[in-house]
Amino acid sequence: MTFVKLTASALAIAAVSATAAAARDQIQVAGSSTVLPYASIVAEAFGENFDFPTPVVESGGSSAGLKKFCEGIGDNTIDIANSSRKIRENEVKACADAGVTEIMEIRFGYDGIVFASAIDGNAFAFTPVDWYKALSAEIVVDGAVVANPYTMWNEVNPDLPAQKIAAFIPGTKHGTREVFEDKVILAGCEETGDFEAFKAAAGGDKKAAEKSCIAIRTDGVSVDIDGDYTETLARIDSNPEGIGVFGLSFYENNTAKLQVATMSGVVPSTESIASGDYPVSRPLYFYVKKQHIGTIPGLKEYAEFFLMDDVAGPDGPLAEYGLVSDPDLADTQTAIAAEETIATGS
Amino acid sequence: MTDVTAAPASPARKTTSLYEVSARTRRRNAAEKRFRFYGLSAVLLGLMALIVLLSSILSQGMPAFRQTYVVMDVELRADKLDKNGNRDPADMAKLTTFAVAPLIKQATQTVATELGSDIEGLTDKMVGAMISKEAPGQLLRFVRANPELIGTTQSFEFLANGRIDGYFKGRVTHESAEMDNNISVQQLDLADAMVAEGMMETRFNWAFLTAPDASDQRPEAAGLGVAILGSLYMMMVVLCLALPIGVASSIYLEEFAPQNWLTDIIEVNISNLAAVPSIVFGILGLAIFINFAHLPQSAPIVGGLVLTLMTLPTIIISTRAALKSVPPSIADAALGLGASKMQTVFHHILPLAMPGILTGAIIGLAQALGETAPLLLIGMVAFVREYPAAPPEGLFDPATALPVQVYNWTQRSDPAFFERASGAIIVLLVFLVLMNTLAIILRRRFERRW
Repeated sequence: MTFVKLTASALAIAAVSATAAAARDQIQVAGSSTVLPYASIVAEAFGENFDFPTPVVESGGSSAGLKKFCEGIGDNTIDIANSSRKIRENEVKACADAGVTEIMEIRFGYDGIVFASAIDGNAFAFTPVDWYKALSAEIVVDGAVVANPYTMWNEVNPDLPAQKIAAFIPGTKHGTREVFEDKVILAGCEETGDFEAFKAAAGGDKKAAEKSCIAIRTDGVSVDIDGDYTETLARIDSNPEGIGVFGLSFYENNTAKLQVATMSGVVPSTESIASGDYPVSRPLYFYVKKQHIGTIPGLKEYAEFFLMDDVAGPDGPLAEYGLVSDPDLADTQTAIAAEETIATGS
Repeated sequence: MTDVTAAPASPARKTTSLYEVSARTRRRNAAEKRFRFYGLSAVLLGLMALIVLLSSILSQGMPAFRQTYVVMDVELRADKLDKNGNRDPADMAKLTTFAVAPLIKQATQTVATELGSDIEGLTDKMVGAMISKEAPGQLLRFVRANPELIGTTQSFEFLANGRIDGYFKGRVTHESAEMDNNISVQQLDLADAMVAEGMMETRFNWAFLTAPDASDQRPEAAGLGVAILGSLYMMMVVLCLALPIGVASSIYLEEFAPQNWLTDIIEVNISNLAAVPSIVFGILGLAIFINFAHLPQSAPIVGGLVLTLMTLPTIIISTRAALKSVPPSIADAALGLGASKMQTVFHHILPLAMPGILTGAIIGLAQALGETAPLLLIGMVAFVREYPAAPPEGLFDPATALPVQVYNWTQRSDPAFFERASGAIIVLLVFLVLMNTLAIILRRRFERRW
């Protein structure tokens, strides 16, 4: 017993003294699960090439990461937030309120969102209109708003195969969902002219019309996946008629199991997304706490390393993994060198 | 069991012969048989589930313990590695993996021209992709450590790419390679040729247990080293805190505390805490240890403290049961001979209760070892590549834990990580079995029956 007690007290004393002494020497990163693979590839290479310790990268979602980022400054707050969307006005304000007044916004590339189905099933060629008609809760038929009646893809569009509609789309907590609603469902809604009908029905209210457009049907035809792409893949494995929404990089790593559908006739690839031909893509960001540069060793070097041509360029490891590299990489590099920050609302 | 039927029957009832089985006895016997059958089938069902689970995990996870390595000669060209020719350590430090990578590509291409000249459609890019992306880092470390060897040709052992490795484990086949963008049939043919030449072999993979995690592009290099250390550190913290606190409080509650409404409330609360979902302890840990006490994120000390809170009720409940099971006659005898209350407890009751206490503590630890949910909130579900330092400082360095590593790997896109996750489950199961076996041995050896 005495031995246990001794070790316990020694531990407690060590704990107290070490907290007083320990200053963090590794970079802490948190945020988007879409950015996580890219950030961990960079962190690993950073640790290999520099004397600085390998940064610690956590996931948990863009919003959770930015919330943690805006908790304040100091050793026990994170230095970088990964995000698959731009930081919001209210988040910048929350940051400023907590003392995080200097934030560097770094866009490091684009991510494509693809629609894929089981490799041995039918091939699909979609347009945003098909997805809107298949998944929207209410659509306009002959000028009247009705609950979505379609159950087969060939009812939506005669050119599509006669297969039951079964879609696995990202849940609402994912940043990917926002892009899906915006660039696919809403785009389809506007293209069919249903948007105008909804607007007229809502008395000219644009916001309400948008909302009716992107309301997804809840009769089981479309399933929200709150987990990650591995879960979507497992669902398609067990339901060969299913069509899932994936990140381009995930698809590229699983081409033996999945076949990708074209969107408006364009096959998704890093090239077609970079050129803008493939419509469903979004920028990826990370946000750096400028106030931590100088206190946390290697922070600026990490940001610079991330954006190096060898890393984020079209021939770098990130592009190989599925990142669509940013044509304006050079501008971002100079912005980091100059430690440019975004304007804070305060 | 049949002798129960022979119990004296009431005189009012019709007497029956013992040699003839009455309808009532038959019914009772049948009910008994049915009950045994239910019990047996329940056990069999449980066993079946266990067998299915274990066999699926073992079949998917065992390949993770083997790994494919490539041995090849790499020329450490001075014009690439040391342009100034002065072997200056400062210059060496500026070398990057991007500068070193072409040397490995060149070496593999030399091999390919020797072995793969008859493989149609084999491109330089395919050949280069056969070696793990871990290799440039390995070469860079070697060059920085041995600058005097620049200009010579050295033999290296590199990891093979995850898909090539999968080919030798049956995960990748010629059919799947045709559809896979990341591997081609030509690469598999070249790999076969390299195996025939003895340059490539698959063998036991110690690195799986010692290496740190690796990024999504290098599943072949990922290991459990940091996770095992992190779990070990956390268990140390739990053992050092939960055992003394738990035992002290249960001794007080059991032997010294007066029986009143206050102790009743404490008792109810302890039983309640034992059933609280573990994520709640994570939220508590985030609020108290990180936001209030300013302990670092992702550190085993915080994980250990949170798990201590979680384990305490289990230890207290089992310790109190162990103390209660010591016969009161022992305490009475000690008190009768003039021992003080404290002497009675520490000299007599505690030693006799020790096996029970240790069993409870080990089962509590095993429970803590498999816990992921509370660690999610305190930043331990992360990508960590640096080993934590030796304790006590190392308790404050970032680390992950075994169950967290399983969770992390199942989320990665490369199918090779699925195999690694199953392998990690096997390691976790081995630890749990070891701990539970220790608990049983302790109980068997030291338990006394009265």
